[in-house]
Amino acid sequence: MSYRSDGVLKKEDLQRALPSEERLRRGPVIIIECVEYIPCNPCVAACPKGAITIDGDINGTPEVDVETCDGCGVCLSACPGLAIFAVDASGDGETAVVRVPYEYRPLPEMGEEVTALDREGQAVGTARVTKIVNSRAMDRTPVVSLEVERDKVMEVRHFVRKKGAE
Amino acid sequence: MRINEHPILEFVRGREIGFEFDGRKLTGREGETIAAAVHAAGVRVLRRSIKLKRPRGFFCAIGRCSSCLMTVNGVPNVMTCVTPLEAGMKVETQTDKGHVVHAEPRESRPGEPRDLGHVPLAVVGAGPAGLSAAIYAGRLGAESIVIDENNGAGGQLIKQTHMFFGSKEHYARVRGIDIGRRLLDELDRVPSRLMLGTTVLGLYGDGTLSLLRDGRHHCLSADAVVLATGASENMLAFPGSDLPGVYGAGAVQTLMNVYGVVPGDRVLMIGAGNIGLIVAYQLLQAGVEVAAVIEGLPEVGGYHVHAAKIRRAGVPIRTSHTILRAEGEDRVQRAAIARVDRDWTVLPGTEEELDVDTVCLAVGLSPNCELALMAGCDEAYVAELGGRVAVHGRNLETTLPNVLIAGDASGIEEASTAMLEGRIAGIEAAQRIVPNVDRSKLERMRSEAAEGLEALRAGPFGEKPRTGKEAMFRLAENA
Repeated sequence: MSYRSDGVLKKEDLQRALPSEERLRRGPVIIIECVEYIPCNPCVAACPKGAITIDGDINGTPEVDVETCDGCGVCLSACPGLAIFAVDASGDGETAVVRVPYEYRPLPEMGEEVTALDREGQAVGTARVTKIVNSRAMDRTPVVSLEVERDKVMEVRHFVRKKGAE
Repeated sequence: MRINEHPILEFVRGREIGFEFDGRKLTGREGETIAAAVHAAGVRVLRRSIKLKRPRGFFCAIGRCSSCLMTVNGVPNVMTCVTPLEAGMKVETQTDKGHVVHAEPRESRPGEPRDLGHVPLAVVGAGPAGLSAAIYAGRLGAESIVIDENNGAGGQLIKQTHMFFGSKEHYARVRGIDIGRRLLDELDRVPSRLMLGTTVLGLYGDGTLSLLRDGRHHCLSADAVVLATGASENMLAFPGSDLPGVYGAGAVQTLMNVYGVVPGDRVLMIGAGNIGLIVAYQLLQAGVEVAAVIEGLPEVGGYHVHAAKIRRAGVPIRTSHTILRAEGEDRVQRAAIARVDRDWTVLPGTEEELDVDTVCLAVGLSPNCELALMAGCDEAYVAELGGRVAVHGRNLETTLPNVLIAGDASGIEEASTAMLEGRIAGIEAAQRIVPNVDRSKLERMRSEAAEGLEALRAGPFGEKPRTGKEAMFRLAENA
């Protein structure tokens, strides 16, 4: 089934977007899950290092130079499609951090345990909220850091607060 | 139910005011419409159909469809979706055509229209296209009046909470609600005046506009007219499609994002184009559950990134599915869907019942071209542009001298392209009516807008409007 028929990117769609295991080990990096030719380019201007480029006209798909990108994540809240995530899977720990844009209320608490969700909204274990950034410049698109099991960093893309958390 | 906490919007509500609904005392908020106030109080049936007495709720929420007519202070057929609530109002469910019994006596004859004089440029519609037209015409020296039937300017931008796509130079990354504000700031800096709460009833080929304002007939003459009247939502016919709880996507946005009132608890969205996907996401942001988004075609029509946002939040998108019926007592209580094949034939044995109280229709828009046709512009049916549109060329000129058309009224696209089309129409109007206009500035502005428009339409998602517009421009050349 193609992502055009169910709205979920498949492994083959993501091949170009996902950084190598070796790059993941070296430190934070972003992942742009934007595979269609749509007229949009704010990510290019958002990156302070110039690591994001779009080939040809405004309809091209963004490409990340993973050597230049340090995973700062400024682009996460600049993407109108909320299609950029950041992953920090450096070190040898059993956990890693996925940062996701989150335009819902109420925001979770720091340290809260939430249910991690994959691209289909399926629960893939528990995540712990380790940081919430919501500055003025981010214009109401906060970024939430989720500590997840290391082997889930390529699956977790969203979360939901556990029942009764409010 | 009212929304208290929202990730994007802050609802500044007016003071609580009391009114009467069918003899019951209810409260609403100053500044909201009658329809929003009764909906927030849990009322879904606004009137009964004339012959079969079927229940009717609102549908479009922008004063176009007449589904929300109620009797207010004894006056029947009041369009409650656009009429502001006032303290002490007596609001009644309307059950027939209505009889005028208590109304204040009016002048026995309408009399001569009040003459508002002359303006170089009249722009009809204060949405993204109309505001852009007035701004760019103004920058080239054309004085204008922008007329809109709503009491607030910005058109549909006032409910767009999401960040816009496009390029940085054209408001990408800015939320629609904020783009509306920026356009109004820019309008402030040119010789233009907003005339809100005014419906344009007619346009004549000589540039005379007939207006309805404060219940009175007015007229205005203009050297050039830009029609930026937008579009109306398409309806979908199915058993139960007239039940209260079946709402247009724009109506859901109005209720939720303008008045902070949720449409229901659990919604079935029909249509996986960008509007269906975006409104489904906005419903989630308002705390409403979305049971599913269904789409008759085998593929999602909108951008994948919009689909991905709702999928990861757990909303299923069921392509190749249609709605069979909506059912319920005086309001939607459930809906049935089923799989269809490529010919839209329902596949037997695939029917499913969904427990929903709202069905939201995002099944396309049709251009509002009545004024252009009334004035005598040539028309054409171009499927890719959404139906009947006034024939127009690259500079948005119609077949009538000095009548221009822009935005959804000239073919269904989206707000970013509407703003660029509005610019081009405003620039063209200035060229035609401003004496000694700065030609080099004008051509620079025109080519910048044209290039921006071309870029927005260049990708695969722009193919439909691109094809439609090219066909249209050929018609204009032959006209």
